[in-house]
Amino acid sequence: MPFDLHKLQQYAISANGLIFDPETGSIFTTNQTGLSILNHLKAGLDPDQVKERLAEEYEVPTGEVLDHDLNDFLNQLLSLHIVQENDG
Amino acid sequence: MVSLAVSGLAAVDNPAPGVAVIRCLREEGFAGTIVGLAYDVLEPGILNREIVDAAYLLPYPKAGKAALLERLVHIHERHHLHAIIPCLDSELTNLIGLEKELAARSIRCILPTSAQLKAVSKRRLTGQLAALGVKSPETRFASGPQEIRKIVEEMDLPVFIKGPFYEAYKARTVEEALHFSSIVADRWGYPVIIQEDVKGEEINAAVVSDGKGGCAAVCMKKLVITGKGKGWTGVSIKNEKLLAIARAITSGIGWRGPMEIEAIQGPDDTIWVIEINPRFPAWIYLSKAAGLNLPYLLLQMIEGRSLPAESDYRTGVVFSNFTTNIITEIGTIEGLFTAGEVHYEKEL
Repeated sequence: MPFDLHKLQQYAISANGLIFDPETGSIFTTNQTGLSILNHLKAGLDPDQVKERLAEEYEVPTGEVLDHDLNDFLNQLLSLHIVQENDG
Repeated sequence: MVSLAVSGLAAVDNPAPGVAVIRCLREEGFAGTIVGLAYDVLEPGILNREIVDAAYLLPYPKAGKAALLERLVHIHERHHLHAIIPCLDSELTNLIGLEKELAARSIRCILPTSAQLKAVSKRRLTGQLAALGVKSPETRFASGPQEIRKIVEEMDLPVFIKGPFYEAYKARTVEEALHFSSIVADRWGYPVIIQEDVKGEEINAAVVSDGKGGCAAVCMKKLVITGKGKGWTGVSIKNEKLLAIARAITSGIGWRGPMEIEAIQGPDDTIWVIEINPRFPAWIYLSKAAGLNLPYLLLQMIEGRSLPAESDYRTGVVFSNFTTNIITEIGTIEGLFTAGEVHYEKEL
């Protein structure tokens, strides 16, 4: 897994896409697709596995568009410190 | 019936904590008499019979402890005060000076010592925190306009200009710093405090401690901040670093009673303590709402009980101040104007 998920595991994430960090009080929102990605990451899936799942759930091809959108979302998670790069 | 006196009832745009403290006690089942202590006839908390059973005006702190004692004795003769919970920084020095006189009348009051109060004063705080291994922003003191200019020119702008008890202004230029300093000095005199503006999110902790290492605390992040820098809306959080700092400060100083720790959490999670207030914060009702009623724990300490060895509370509980009106009749509160007291209780 390329990401450190320990902060994500502590977050309260509602079914409607509200993300609350109980340590810092930061509040984020996401849509249903973002919610799916977060839940898959929390369940321990790596980005390639997340991509496969999204392709199944949304019936879209695992091509460049999905790659681009997923990478864009993962970069947002990194820049917001919701997930961190794994040192190892 | 037990009578408890509570001050800090100016529930205004920069609210004092007294009304919130009373709500915490009432809603936990305190059924005794609440006597409000105020400094102005029209402090909103004393106009509301749902909050206080009676209210008395006190002499301003600068009148000294003898004047305060005389007034408290007058109140005690009528209400047999069991305890006083002071909610304003500026009244603590006189109360500490009256501890023996109050104890002789069986009026309980959990207070820090004079030395402890000085340790958390703005003048001493930076050094005290450094000794405890806690970070704080650069803080300097100026005794006149020339020194203010010199200090501000040496520091990175913006800076905060602060008074010794209340008020803080963010100055983005030297001229602004001089302007805000004159406002602060007019009200509070010199020295004026000049503090580095550390970048990050404002998080606070409300604390009650027993002076023996026991400590219960609730953390809050400000979500909406007023023009005066006060939290209007906030959410309960559990920041382990800030909780550890609260334990380090209270046990390091041997603090007994309530405290508010104001801090900034930097982008790298560094915690900077910017201020310590020797009382509960105005947002203290959040502690009750989140399941750890700190004013009630203080009341239990007053009654001789220990703080719980472990305490917990819910995160994600949001508070917001909420402005509305209360209505009273001039005839109902005429006693405040004429005799400096009002009685809402049905019978004594």
